[in-house]
Amino acid sequence: MSLDKATVRRIAHLARIEVPDADLDPMVKELTGIMNWIEQLKEVNTDAVAPMTGGTDMTLAWRKDTVSDGAQPEKVLSNAPDKHDHFFSVPKVVE
Amino acid sequence: MTDLTRFTIAQARDHLRKKDFTALELTDAHITAMEKHRHLNAFITETADLARERAKASDFRIKNSDAKPLEGIPLGIKDLFCTQGVQTTAGSHILKGFTPNYESTVSQKLRDAGSVMLGKLNLDEFAMGSSNMTSHFGNVVNPWKARGHSDDLAPGGSSGGSAAAVSAHLAMGATGTDTGGSIRQPAAFCGIVGVKPTYGRCSRWGVVAFASSLDQAGPMTRTVRDAAIMLNVMTGYDPKDSTSAAMAMPDVEAVLGKGVKGMKIGLPKQYRPDGLDAEVGTLWDKGAQWLKEAGAEVIEIDLPHTKYALPTYYIVAPAEASSNLARYDGVRYGLRVAGNSLDEMYAKTRAAGFGPEVKRRILIGTYVLSAGYYDAYYLKAQKVRALIAQDFVQAFAKVDAILTPTAPTAAFGLNDKVVDPVAMYLNDVFTVPASLAGIPGSSIPAGLTAHGLPLGLQVLTKRWDEETLFRVCQVLEDSAKFPGLIGES
Repeated sequence: MSLDKATVRRIAHLARIEVPDADLDPMVKELTGIMNWIEQLKEVNTDAVAPMTGGTDMTLAWRKDTVSDGAQPEKVLSNAPDKHDHFFSVPKVVE
Repeated sequence: MTDLTRFTIAQARDHLRKKDFTALELTDAHITAMEKHRHLNAFITETADLARERAKASDFRIKNSDAKPLEGIPLGIKDLFCTQGVQTTAGSHILKGFTPNYESTVSQKLRDAGSVMLGKLNLDEFAMGSSNMTSHFGNVVNPWKARGHSDDLAPGGSSGGSAAAVSAHLAMGATGTDTGGSIRQPAAFCGIVGVKPTYGRCSRWGVVAFASSLDQAGPMTRTVRDAAIMLNVMTGYDPKDSTSAAMAMPDVEAVLGKGVKGMKIGLPKQYRPDGLDAEVGTLWDKGAQWLKEAGAEVIEIDLPHTKYALPTYYIVAPAEASSNLARYDGVRYGLRVAGNSLDEMYAKTRAAGFGPEVKRRILIGTYVLSAGYYDAYYLKAQKVRALIAQDFVQAFAKVDAILTPTAPTAAFGLNDKVVDPVAMYLNDVFTVPASLAGIPGSSIPAGLTAHGLPLGLQVLTKRWDEETLFRVCQVLEDSAKFPGLIGES
């Protein structure tokens, strides 16, 4: 398993992390090393095995679908890097 | 007067109730120690004023015979727990300036129990690491030194600040979190007790998420009894965490001293690979002997999928992390780096805010979840995880508890540069299987290497059986007579 530069660039884009071109080569090498090591899982026969999807065998409990909290916009916005009134501000999205 | 930082939580609890000293005096002694040991870099944020205020409130309650279970006990809180009005960093630059308006359930429970928060403890960035060297706030220094050497050693990670602070008597106990060994491995490196309870025992609400199906909080203390006292308070059902267990936590302090007579203890043969460090192997044998002498039967057991645990973990944990860490986008809190578009702002913010190990794991996680690779990697890992959990179920049909080493080595040097990420991941080879299976595990300081560095033994039991876990831990502690950190206070 070998990742190429284009793949790493694509993953970085999916993850929304800017990677300068100069960092791509070492990153390709490290990620390829990790993925090669992970390849050994292919040896394990998992044909009749159900995936374990959580940390426990408990089933999630039901609860009433009701509002239990809210209506505190100042608190919600108190850590915002940029805000206007009761809104988070971001760069212009729609032209 | 005796140095108040020498007491255990259990001792201090009794002295406070007898009014031998005040909670404020106890807290002040720890604040002094904390300030004197800043070179360890154990704390990211010190909250001395807040601590004094809470200690005074404790003294008031003690005076009125209204003392709670942890009344007046000074604790450190890993900086992964959100604390109301106190900056919470997760060891990352991306949470720059973040001050929560709410308190995590676990730290709230500790507060309600009367404990005094001394500050927020350093950790690997987003709890991703085994050395505390990935923290944006610099590495923590292990208070232990190899005999005759002055080189600084790693405290382990990710709960390295917690382990260092407790070991050096800066705090009587601390919270840790464990995703793949982040409580147990640093506890072993710093010569203290660390307990990761069953997944679901401690609420994850308000704890900065790394890998949600693995993350579990637990206590880090100098004695088994102290860990029991803290864990009794930290656990319990929380409707705000959908994976919180709706079952009562047994009183684990009450089972201490019940011993292990008649218990069966398993030693998994896969945990003794060729080339296992000789001192680690010898200590493991010694631990088994102690349990035998206390009346347990020790047998070899088989956990056939052990070797696949680490690669499984390095798919499952990064996959969950890549999803959990998508929330750090520069919009709602923390760092923002300007960009010409929304996407550019995201990408620049995340490039500047995350360190190299966190980026690496986000990229691995994104890759294994991406179209065309999900089945080959993520689904495959979830299936192998099921086999690993099944190994433990089969083992616990034969034994009551499992004994293993906690880590393959003692603490390594901060200057021993580990360039290969996979080599660093191998630190958690003995702790990760239990995390994947969701079972409880602990590390007990059990001996010293020839160079005078602590080594830990790990105890594992089946899900929800913390009572057996604590009984075994207590016997190991009594037999090991571990000296603790001797030196300046």
